[in-house]
Amino acid sequence: MKALMILWRRELALAWAGGGGPLLACGFFLCLTVLVPLASGSDPAALRPIAGGVAWVALAVSSILSLERLFERDFEDGTLDLLALGGPPLELTVIAKAKAQWLAVGWPLAITAPVAAITLGLPVSLAPLAALSALIGGLGFALTGALGASLALGSKRGGLLIAVVVLPLFIPPVVFGAGALERAANGQSPGPALAFLTAYVLFAAVITPLAGAAAIRNAQS
Amino acid sequence: MLTVSGLTVSRGERRLFRDLSFSVGSGEVLALTGANGAGKTSLLRTLAGFLRPDAGTVAFADIEISEARASHLHWLGHLDGLKGARRAREELTFQAQWFGADPDGIAAAVDVLALEPLLDLEVRRLSAGQRRRLALARLIASPRPLWLLDEPLSPLDARWRAALGVLLQAHVDKGGGVIAAVHDPLPIPARTLDIGAVR
Repeated sequence: MKALMILWRRELALAWAGGGGPLLACGFFLCLTVLVPLASGSDPAALRPIAGGVAWVALAVSSILSLERLFERDFEDGTLDLLALGGPPLELTVIAKAKAQWLAVGWPLAITAPVAAITLGLPVSLAPLAALSALIGGLGFALTGALGASLALGSKRGGLLIAVVVLPLFIPPVVFGAGALERAANGQSPGPALAFLTAYVLFAAVITPLAGAAAIRNAQS
Repeated sequence: MLTVSGLTVSRGERRLFRDLSFSVGSGEVLALTGANGAGKTSLLRTLAGFLRPDAGTVAFADIEISEARASHLHWLGHLDGLKGARRAREELTFQAQWFGADPDGIAAAVDVLALEPLLDLEVRRLSAGQRRRLALARLIASPRPLWLLDEPLSPLDARWRAALGVLLQAHVDKGGGVIAAVHDPLPIPARTLDIGAVR
């Protein structure tokens, strides 16, 4: 357990090392959400029905940016061999790395999410919901993202491959997250959509360590 | 300590060696020799459990191989597993603690490998030999019985090759075992296994 805490702290330090990668993800997220109103013409009312959806698509795409760093660098520089031979099982190591990814990238994105939502014309009253749903969804993105990153290990076009593997897996959280915002915007309770979003996170939390560790072992052989 | 029987390993279509059997006991040093591409690294990776052999077994005395990987093996490959952007101290501490070392062990390793002047430097500023010394620190800091070393000498200068000999000798004197892939002879007495000859 102590070793996993040490790994987790190192992952956080590495995420912020060399120029604040998480801030870049937030900047990218905001750029995407500013582009959409500019591209969709002069009528803000036209944007309102799809604002939640656009915000979540932008969030999903921004969550992919730093996934290549998660396992590929460790694979290339030999760290992953060491991680496989230390005390903790590889499955827990995968979870620790995904959790660090969530804390390093998911949280800053969730804090940025209200700004993005308001930029897209959602009411200010939805800002807390935007942040909360992005926080839950961000854990799902980190977990499935870790799975995609482990599956892409060792391929020459890792970054692009991760995006192609991971984006289809991001469909459920995008649907549920955008659904929560849409329901709240229409005066309904966002509860059911948030429950589905949480269920997706729990599902990913079961699949990712098993499949991710298997993919890493395969890449190491 | 480690018994290998009937081991056959292929990479892709190419068979590297077949029906290889040997054992390494407590206090023994085994030097693996062979031309480039003969399969020294593949054999070491098979012993460490990274590669699955086509046939044969790798058995540790009295313990499951999965448990042996988690607590009885040290691995020193071509790659040091060090991040260039981090300071030497941070990387050393992480690697040592990941393998269960305590602060006393880390201090002893820093002392033995004369790492103190390097600790505040970023890893990218270190030479290949200095990085190798930094990577060796985890072997000293966290005692584990069997060391698997892939060309441990190559980046080291004459002084540190001799020093590594002393460290290996101390390890086997304490009852440890060493399997090292080498091109140059190890600085301590070792049994030699020529991988190229058993194909």
